[in-house]
Formats: sequence, C-alpha cells, structure tokens
Amino acid sequence: MENYLILNTLNYPILSLLLIVPVVGALVAMFLRGDTLLKIWGLAVTLVTALISLPLWTSFDQTTAKYQFVELRHWFPALNLDYVVGVDGISVLLVLLTTLVMPLCVLCSWTYIKTRWKEFLIVTLLMETAMIGVFVSLNTVLFWIFWEGMLVPMYLIIAIWGGARKDYASIKFFLYTFCGSIFLLVAIVSMYITTGTFFIPELMNADFGFSYQVWIFLACALGFAIKMPMFPFHTWLPAAHVEAPVAGSVILASILLKMGGYGFLRFCLPMAPAASLYFVPLLLVMSLISIIVGGYLALGQSDIKKLIAYSSVGHMGFVTLGIFLLNDAGIKGAMLQMINHGITTGALFILIGIIYERTHSREIADNSKLGMFMPIYVTFLGIFSLSSLAFPGTNSFVSEFLVLFGAFDKYPLVGAVSILGAILAAAYMLRLMQKMVWDDSDGHVPHGEHAEERKSTLFDCNIREFIQLAFLTIFVFWIGLHPTPLLDMMDSSVAHLLHQIDAGSLLPDAAHHGESHALLEGAGTWIKNLF
Amino acid sequence: MLNTVFMPEIALMLTALVLFFMTLGKYRTGTVQAVSLVLTAITLVITFASLGTQGLMFYDVYQIDALSQLFKVVIVFGLFLVFILGSGLVGIEEKLHTEYNMFLVISALGLMFLSSSVELLTILLSLEISSYALYVVIPFRRGQGRLHVEAGIKYILFGAASTGLTLYGMSYIFGMAHTTYLSELSEKIPALVATQPLAIIAIILVMTAFFYKLAMFPMHFWAPDIYQGAANETTSFVATLPKVGAVLLLLRFVAVAGVDISQVTWVLAAIAVLSMVFGNFSALVQTDLKRLLAYSSIAHAGYVMIGILTADAMGMAAAVFYVIGYLLMNLGAFYVIYNIAPAGQNVTFDDLKGLSRRSPLLALTLLVSVFGMAGIPPTIGFIGKFMIFTGALNKGFYALVVIAVMNAAVASFYYLKMARAAYCAADDERATIQLSFGAKLMGTFFILAIILIGALPQSILAAAKQAVATIL
Repeated sequence: MENYLILNTLNYPILSLLLIVPVVGALVAMFLRGDTLLKIWGLAVTLVTALISLPLWTSFDQTTAKYQFVELRHWFPALNLDYVVGVDGISVLLVLLTTLVMPLCVLCSWTYIKTRWKEFLIVTLLMETAMIGVFVSLNTVLFWIFWEGMLVPMYLIIAIWGGARKDYASIKFFLYTFCGSIFLLVAIVSMYITTGTFFIPELMNADFGFSYQVWIFLACALGFAIKMPMFPFHTWLPAAHVEAPVAGSVILASILLKMGGYGFLRFCLPMAPAASLYFVPLLLVMSLISIIVGGYLALGQSDIKKLIAYSSVGHMGFVTLGIFLLNDAGIKGAMLQMINHGITTGALFILIGIIYERTHSREIADNSKLGMFMPIYVTFLGIFSLSSLAFPGTNSFVSEFLVLFGAFDKYPLVGAVSILGAILAAAYMLRLMQKMVWDDSDGHVPHGEHAEERKSTLFDCNIREFIQLAFLTIFVFWIGLHPTPLLDMMDSSVAHLLHQIDAGSLLPDAAHHGESHALLEGAGTWIKNLF
Repeated sequence: MLNTVFMPEIALMLTALVLFFMTLGKYRTGTVQAVSLVLTAITLVITFASLGTQGLMFYDVYQIDALSQLFKVVIVFGLFLVFILGSGLVGIEEKLHTEYNMFLVISALGLMFLSSSVELLTILLSLEISSYALYVVIPFRRGQGRLHVEAGIKYILFGAASTGLTLYGMSYIFGMAHTTYLSELSEKIPALVATQPLAIIAIILVMTAFFYKLAMFPMHFWAPDIYQGAANETTSFVATLPKVGAVLLLLRFVAVAGVDISQVTWVLAAIAVLSMVFGNFSALVQTDLKRLLAYSSIAHAGYVMIGILTADAMGMAAAVFYVIGYLLMNLGAFYVIYNIAPAGQNVTFDDLKGLSRRSPLLALTLLVSVFGMAGIPPTIGFIGKFMIFTGALNKGFYALVVIAVMNAAVASFYYLKMARAAYCAADDERATIQLSFGAKLMGTFFILAIILIGALPQSILAAAKQAVATIL
C-alpha cells in the first residue's frame, strides 16, 4: 500500500481537519441563536476551513504522482476497509476550489436566504464536508459514502429554499443522481469481490479482463455522466439550477458538476483503461453533442439561470471531450476547465443572485438596461461573461485552448466540430450581455419617472457583493494570464495517469481472451471510420 | 445449568405473570407502563448477560447459542423500545391497557422461544404463542370505526392459513427424513433437495409461516390492512419484532436446506425479487403512512431474503445486521407517527406538513429514518444494503443485485416524499407538537443509533458474524 502513498508530513492531520471542521461547525450551529450570529459563524467556519486548506497549495510536492498528505486508519477490518484520505495532482485543486468557494456561498446567501438560517447553515456545512470527502477519499466505499451522503443536503437546499417548482426540481435531482450512483456501488462491491480491496490505487493496478472492464466502465460512467451532466442525462440540471437558491446553484455549478469529471479520471480511466479506449468514440460523440446541444439550447433561453445552466452542459462537454482525448493537453485542459468553470459559472450565478434580489425576476427582459444604473455590476458581468465565452486573457481561454489543441492533435474533425461550441458560447453570452447591459431594441432609454423608479431598486453592488466578485475576478485573470503553476501541479499525476492507461490498454491477459483482441481491433476500426 | 441459560425467558415470563395479576386489579396507565418498562429493562439486562452462554435443553429441542441469544437481545430490546415509544397508549382502549402490555410481552416471549427452537414442533408451538397473542391485540383500538376489527380478522385468517401450509410442509419433511430435529434434518435434507422435488416443495411450504410473519411476497396480503387497521403502537410491534423472529427461522431453514446453490435458492430468489418489486411499486402511490411503511416492509423483506438465500457467512451476517437496522429505522418512523397522532389516529402525508417547524426533532428523526431505509450513507441502512450486496455478489448473484439496486432507486422516491412532506410542504397554522422529556430522549436515541451504527458498524457486524457461524 505504501508504494502509492506519502504519509502526511505536516504536524497536523490536514485532510481530516478539512472534513471535521465543517461538521463541528454544523453541530455548534445547532445551539446558536439569531440569524446574524449564525451568518458570522458560518462565514468564520468556512473561512477557517479555507485557511486550513492553504498548505495543500504551498506544501504540495509537484514532482510525484503519489498521493500526499495521506492519513490511514483502520475502520472496518472485517472487510479490509480503511479510512484513508489523500490528494494528488488531480484532486488537490478541486479540494482548494471547494474550500475557497464555500465562504462565497455563505456570503452570497447573506440576504438572499431569509428563512431558516440555522438549517441552511447546517446543511451547507455538511455539504462542504461531503464534497471535500469525495475528492480526498482513497477508498471506494468512503468515496461512495461521501458521494451519496452529499445528495441529502443538496436535496434539502433545493427543496427547502428553492423557487416555485422546487418539488419537481429537487426530486428530479435526487432520483437522477441516485439512479446513477447506485450502479457505481455495484461496481465498487464487484471490484472488491474480484480483488479483495477497496483501496483505489490498488484497484488501478488490478488488471481486470476486458469484458469485466466494460461492465465496470459502464456502471461507473453512468453515474459520472449523470453528474457531469452529459447529453442525454442533462435534463435534471436546468431544473435544479433554476429552482435552487443562489448558494445551491453556486455549489452545483462550481463543485458538484466537477465530481463527474473527477470520477472519470479517478475510476474509469485508470481502473478500466482498455474499456475506456474502447468507448472513446462513444464518449467523444456524446461530448460533442453536449457541447453543441448545450450551446444551442442556451441560445434560446429567456431565463438567465437557465441560460447559464445550459451553458454549463456545453462547458462540461469540453471537460469530457478533453478527458477522452486521452492525451496530455486534453486531460490537463479538462482539469483546468473544471476549475475555470467552477470560478466563472459560480460567479455568474452569484451575479444572477444579486440581480434577482433587486428585481425579483430572472427573465432577461426584466433585467435589461442595467448599464445605466449599476456600473460596477455590469463590469463584473462583462468580465465573467467574457471568461465564460473563453475570451483570450481570461481563464477559460487557456483551458478550452488546451482541449482544442489536444483535439486537433489527435482527431482534427473532433476539434473542428467543437469549435462550433465555442462560437455558440460567444453568441449566447454576447446576447445575454447586450440585453442586460444595453438593450435599446425598444428604441428608448428609460427617463423621467420610470428611470427614478428603476434607480430606486437597482442600486449597485455593496461591499459584500463586491468582495465576492473581486475575489473571483483575481482568479479569472491569474489563471488566464499565468496558468503555469496550476498546470505544473497536475503534471506528474496526469503523466502517471496516461502511463496507467497505456500500460492497462495493452491488456496483459489479452492472449487468453481472443474476444478482447477482436473487440479492440473493432474499436480501432470504429475510430478510423468515424474520423 | 437450566437456571442460568433459561433466565431471560424466565424473566420475561415473570413479567407477563406480573402483568397478568395486574389485569385483575385497576391500575392507571402510568403505573402499568412503568411496571412493564422496569421489568422489560431487567429482562434486557439479564438477556445481555446471557450473551455467549450455550446449552441444549428439553430433550434437545431448545438450543441456546450465539444466534439465539443475539436475537433474544434484539427482541427484548425491541419490546423495550415499543413500550417507551407507545408511552400513554393513546390508541388503545383505556380499560385494556394492562392486557395490551401483557399480550405484547407474551408475543415477545413466543418469539424468544422461537429463537431457540431447533425442532419442528417446538418451532410451531413458539410461533403460535407469538401469533395468538397478536391476534388478540390487533383489534384493541380506540374508536377508529371498524378498521381494526377487519384487521384482526384478516390477521387471524391469513395466519391460520399459513400455519396450515407450514404444518403440511412439515408432514412431508417428517415423512421423508423421519425426524423433526433440525440438526438431523440438516444432514439429510441437502441430499433430498438434490434428488427429490418434493423436498423443495416441503422446505418452501415450511417457510410459508415465516414468509407470512415477514410479509414476504406470496404471504404479504395482510400487511397493508393490518398496519392500517391496528393502533399505531400495535403496528410498531407487528412491523418489527415478529419479522426479527421470522428472519432467524428462515436463516435456520436455509442452512438446513444446504449451503449449495440449489432449486430452493432460486425459488427464494424469485420470492425476493417479487417482494421488492411488488412492495416498492405499491408503496409509490400510498397516502397513509402506515400503509406505505407496510409496502416498504414487504420490499425490505425482499432485501433480507437476498442475504439469507446466499447461505454463506457473509450474506447471512448481512441479513442479521439488516434486520437489526430495519428494526431501529422502522421504530424510528413509528415513533414519529405515534407522536404526531395524539389521538391515535392514522397519519397521512397531509399530517406531516410543516413538521420541521412544529417539531424539529420529530422531523429530523423521520428524515434520518427514511433516508436510512432508502440506504443513504452514513446510516445503518446503507451498511445493511452494502453488506447484503457484498454477500450476494460474493456468491455471484449479479442479476439479483442489479434488480435490488434498481428497486432501491424506486424506493428512494417514496422515502423522499416523506422527507419532503416533513420539510418542504407549505406551512399551515398547525400547533407545534410538545414532546415530553422521555420522547425527546427517544428521538435523539433513534437519530444517534441510526447514524452512529452506520458509521461504526464493526461491533454489531462482528456479533452477527459470530451468530451465523453457529448454523453454518
């Protein structure tokens, strides 16, 4: 086991603290009274968690692909089940993203959430633990426990504080993700029966037979594709996004959707490499459809939240596209795209929350001509919209460029088709910006009484809102102009992952399985025929 | 020898006796409840102390082993919880309170006997002791029309029919194997099962009474009506304890039928699948919570059966663990139902509205219980399902597990409906629910037990493993 791990060398259990602090915060919150106190407490807990997570950035060893900061305790010896947590280049940035986004979730709910703050805080903090847990678990069962445990708080966030159709949206969210992930559990147990271990790095080296890999891949990929969400499993996302409160949307967009991509990288590719190779054409086509359909649907939305939700489908299409290119640029681009989507789309949802608090409408038509009244707001809107359409100089440009580079390198046709998605992104984001900031389609600017009335409701961002948006803006330009530190952190792990796929797809037992060879050759010709 | 190992049963018999003498006088409900609770608590302590004892008694028909003692602890503990949960007995006719408690104790006593019975006639006798007490108790309900009378009659009719079938099966077994002792049967039956179709029929027929107790597919018809018709506190008993006893006997019989995968296994697998599918899909449309829980219990019986039919250490231990978790989660749900129906009436989804405001503790208990039953981590229900699936996959029952997980997904919908009603439904102006200190303690206990055992299942699982080792 120790071949894969570097035990935590910090003199405190950093990852366990990340898991425990929010839970303790939630427990204490049960006994606090008064909304203001609760808000401050929630902000304090999430900020402390963020501070605790910072050494993951500073002390991370970029030269190794092994899991770091590992803690290992026996938990359930009868089943060879240990509590083991650790991070590598694939997960560390997602953990940091989670801890940094959570304080913003408390801040953006400050006045948006008006009822039951105590419950809201408790489920939000439990949510934080579950999300961090998913990224740091090195044990399949632990992973599944956090993965599934996350459903309950997220369900409650949508179902209690959601909009008009919250019942429909929350149940749809729950059932979709539950159906997907329950097969993941079967795969996990089945791999345990075959290998006798739940330990993820050992499972990666397990060398399953080809047909077995196909089943494992399908069982896992269903859960991850739903979470991503990939076409045709994406229909829960717009519903959930539209009805969720602003913090729920931010958590969904920034972190939850990343778990699908993380799952592909952590489970499907290394544990079922031959099957992954076999399914590359299918996944690439699904990714392309996601990109095009997501962008196309976003173009026609009149609800801002729905528009951003469909744009997420498109952006996450780039993530799966990058992952299943199975080359260095593609996977790095996909991982960076996950981080960038978390920052940019999170910010866009915060922006929608801000305007919704003022006009109580998410319709584009009701929120037009904001440029006259809210200059700071529209500045941020412009920055994050440009980032969302991957304007050069912003963060998304780097990641989409990497994915496109990887695509053109391997399958030029795929690259050419996915360019369409980038064009669509420009179209719907510019349309959104144009309508919200200027919009002189009706030929007159508000003046007189009407302007006064608008002015009284459309006051500009306050300090709290400014801080949230400014904080995310830093990342937009930092990653946009200087992404090297982040890419360096992924380097060893991605190289290791590609090595695993290469080694695994050679199929040591292929000689014994005539069918596997035939299937692989079939896959090869399928790819050639397609492109 | 006899005194020490038989102490739990003696203690419970004395409890029943004390309650019997109390029926001769007039006592307030509080006194009756206090006496029942204290005596049951003493029995519980004695039963705990008897864990680990071993012995064979009464011409070898009565076996004290790890399995029987574990189940006795669970049964007495369940009885104890039922007594606390139903404090006040608001759903029962006032003048029958003492009798009510006495019959519950006798029924539990029958289940205790059942845990240790290893001979066919003894099993039948214990089963009937437990059933007859329940036949009496089910119509004890205060002013709810005639539903409870209907429930009582149905329970008797179905019970009698299933007992008849069991006896019929036993006659075949005796005819073929010339013995009624399980230990001797377990040497002869596996060979018979392999060669004679009649043996398979006989084994399944014998199990009928346990299917009935467990509300498994062909014998499940009674469950929804009896759950709905009986008083809330009665239902919490009927829904949990007899099922524990039935699981134990099914474990013993499957072990008798042989550990190899045989025709019996496939019949049981079919029954498990039908139970899950029928239970879950019927539960989807229910509005009465007790009826819903009845259908959900039919589905749960299917899951338990998957563990039982594996007939190996892992799967059977999983079944034992599952049924313990089932007991806790179901009692948690019934605790909520009992407390939101102060007049002992039936509870519908409508009554759950605004529960999170009216009583946060009840709402949280309901949430934890139903998410536990849906198998969401980190609850005891998740570990139970996880162990069951592990056990079944270990034996190679892939199709069965896939059907089971699809069912889990279906089931999550109606469990979610309950959580949603408690947390999200429009808040009307109903009064808040005042809970007594004891009731608050009870709710906290259910929440902690369901979550903590889910997080740290090691000790109970080890006990379950040790218990099933005695029959394999």
